[in-house]
Amino acid sequence: MATENKRRILITGVSRFLGLRLAKRLENDPNVEALVGVDLEEPPIPIKGLEFVRADIRNPMIARVLEATKVDTLVHTNIGSSPAVLGGRSQMKENNVIGTMQLLAAAQRADRMRNVVVKSSAAIYGHRPGEPSVIPEDYASREADLVGYGKDCAEAEQYVRDFGRRREDVRLTILRTQNVVGPTVRTSMTNYLSLPVIPMALGFDPRLQLLHEEDAVEALCLAVMKDVSGIFNISSEGVVYLSQAVRLLGKPPAPLLLPAAQTTAGLLRRFGLIDFPTDQLALILFGRVVSIERARAKLGFEPKYDTLGVLRDFKEFRLEDQISEPDAHPTWERELFEYLKQRADREKV
Amino acid sequence: MGEAEIIPIEGRDRRSVKPQAETRAIPRCRAVTKEGKPCKKDAVSADGYCSVHAKTQSNERSQHPSARSSSRGIVRDRQQPDPLGIEEFLRRRISGDYPVDDFGYDEQLSREVLMPLVKPLYETYFRVRTLGIDRIPATGAALLICNHSGTIPLDAVMVQYAVATEHAQRRLVRNVGADLVWRMPLIGPLARKSGNVVACDEDAYELIRRGELIGVFPEGYKGVGKGWSERYKLQRFGRGGYVELALRTKTPIIPVAIVGAEEAYPMIFNAKLLAKVFGFPYFPITPTFPALGPLGLLPLRSRWVIEFGEPIPMDDHPEDAAEDPMYVFDQSDRVRDTIQQMLYANLNKRGGAFF
Repeated sequence: MATENKRRILITGVSRFLGLRLAKRLENDPNVEALVGVDLEEPPIPIKGLEFVRADIRNPMIARVLEATKVDTLVHTNIGSSPAVLGGRSQMKENNVIGTMQLLAAAQRADRMRNVVVKSSAAIYGHRPGEPSVIPEDYASREADLVGYGKDCAEAEQYVRDFGRRREDVRLTILRTQNVVGPTVRTSMTNYLSLPVIPMALGFDPRLQLLHEEDAVEALCLAVMKDVSGIFNISSEGVVYLSQAVRLLGKPPAPLLLPAAQTTAGLLRRFGLIDFPTDQLALILFGRVVSIERARAKLGFEPKYDTLGVLRDFKEFRLEDQISEPDAHPTWERELFEYLKQRADREKV
Repeated sequence: MGEAEIIPIEGRDRRSVKPQAETRAIPRCRAVTKEGKPCKKDAVSADGYCSVHAKTQSNERSQHPSARSSSRGIVRDRQQPDPLGIEEFLRRRISGDYPVDDFGYDEQLSREVLMPLVKPLYETYFRVRTLGIDRIPATGAALLICNHSGTIPLDAVMVQYAVATEHAQRRLVRNVGADLVWRMPLIGPLARKSGNVVACDEDAYELIRRGELIGVFPEGYKGVGKGWSERYKLQRFGRGGYVELALRTKTPIIPVAIVGAEEAYPMIFNAKLLAKVFGFPYFPITPTFPALGPLGLLPLRSRWVIEFGEPIPMDDHPEDAAEDPMYVFDQSDRVRDTIQQMLYANLNKRGGAFF
């Protein structure tokens, strides 16, 4: 790995899935001098050597945190896609867009800052039917067509680019990740795929391209440790049709007429069965597939799982609801899974 | 089985975590070097060879006695995948065990279900005759530029079927389709599964990089939506985007003239008001549609000829030719003229449109 000297890393959203997993991944890395985590809640599992700072990235105080901890690397994983988790759509926008704006304003003042890594999303490409079948990073999505999460990402990325223009000495990396699915992560996509019967829109069959949670963490780790800048699509290889995914998961599909599908999505959300934001409904109509050639060539990113593999892993682990092979996943992952399960149970009660 | 080799995901015999060697969007070349080691170059040709081995392979193929043209000009030297049998096919469908490529091409569905459905239409109904199909290269990218007509783009389906069954390498033509196709329920997914792609630069460049055949109908809606009185008169050839693409990537252009599609659904009137209501670019009134209801959707039994013209090499143009719009229009016009001449010649040769 091409690293010159040890890094002092600050991770935002450290109590959320990707931030936490990244921190855990870096805790024993000899190239990490200091590890600071920022979030509103404490991380659910202990991380060796992590200095946790309870702070809101929307608050200008974040500049003082950057200053005090003397970090040279900022990893921003706090752009979230779930309105329910973030306290409603307007809170979500506030967190995603204003949070990124404040954080980067603070980072601009931090003289020691050398690397900035931002986790954005492939949602930035939107999900219109006439989009390229395989979307490269250079594809300019029409921002006017974007809604919800995708729009947040586009606006946040704009602040990132502005930051890059003002601080040309900082290495800047943006990762646009596909929907993350895996045994332990909880997203709207995993909720959707966990439903006993999977609602689909009649006459539509999108191509799904998923990213395994382990590959997502690996990509973040590469972006942090390698001296590479730029925008990268991060995804698994290969494509699976939604109808095929439903079969692979061994679940019955429920094809609905489009208006009924929209109503169903609304009802499922209202009753708390699934949090599938309406802006992502288009994803299960038209799908979205990205090219990872650039990440492979420049970042050296090689996904361990293809989309088929992601689904199989998801099926084996989730549906049995316990870990079958003890060696398949490291222990801390089990801890995390236990924690998530407990939390899920608590939510049910 | 060549096509299957370039599909990055393989449904069969796969563990959930795949071995490192397979984690490539572009598979490695299939050939074995003189030392007996597998070739390490990226496969660029449709049947999975790198640029070096593709040439030697095609030489070997042309020397092979079975590669010589049969009386109908149909050569079938490439191994057709064995039909799966209905039970195995259904088993795979039900368990989701089949490969799909990045663009959504579902070879299994295409070969086992869709093509057999098109077959009677192609062979018995339209009695399609192809000319010069061996002008399509055995490997590597090419742009098939075709005339577009007939209200419902059956011509695209027929070109795809012709090359998939009559060409020696049974290559897949990936037609580029406009927005409307992808927005439509049923039609959109079906178009994807049969290997078509979105009409945009990104997809076209990616396909050329992978060495695939691209079918372009530059007339677009103007072509399919034109009236009976304008039959076999080529419309404006889009904005010449395909020429720019060909110049930039030095991809040969193959002009294709399709005779017969015009008579399949002769549009005698374009109900513009209805078109507006439904959001379509045109709304055809044919002698049978909508007068005969759903039966009017059945095309008339016209006689078809598809001629593939001599490839136009695109590598001997000035370096910055693609940046000169005048040059691009000029080239586009030449291709258009070629196709127009091919259309007239074939119309004369075909004889009666229906009998």
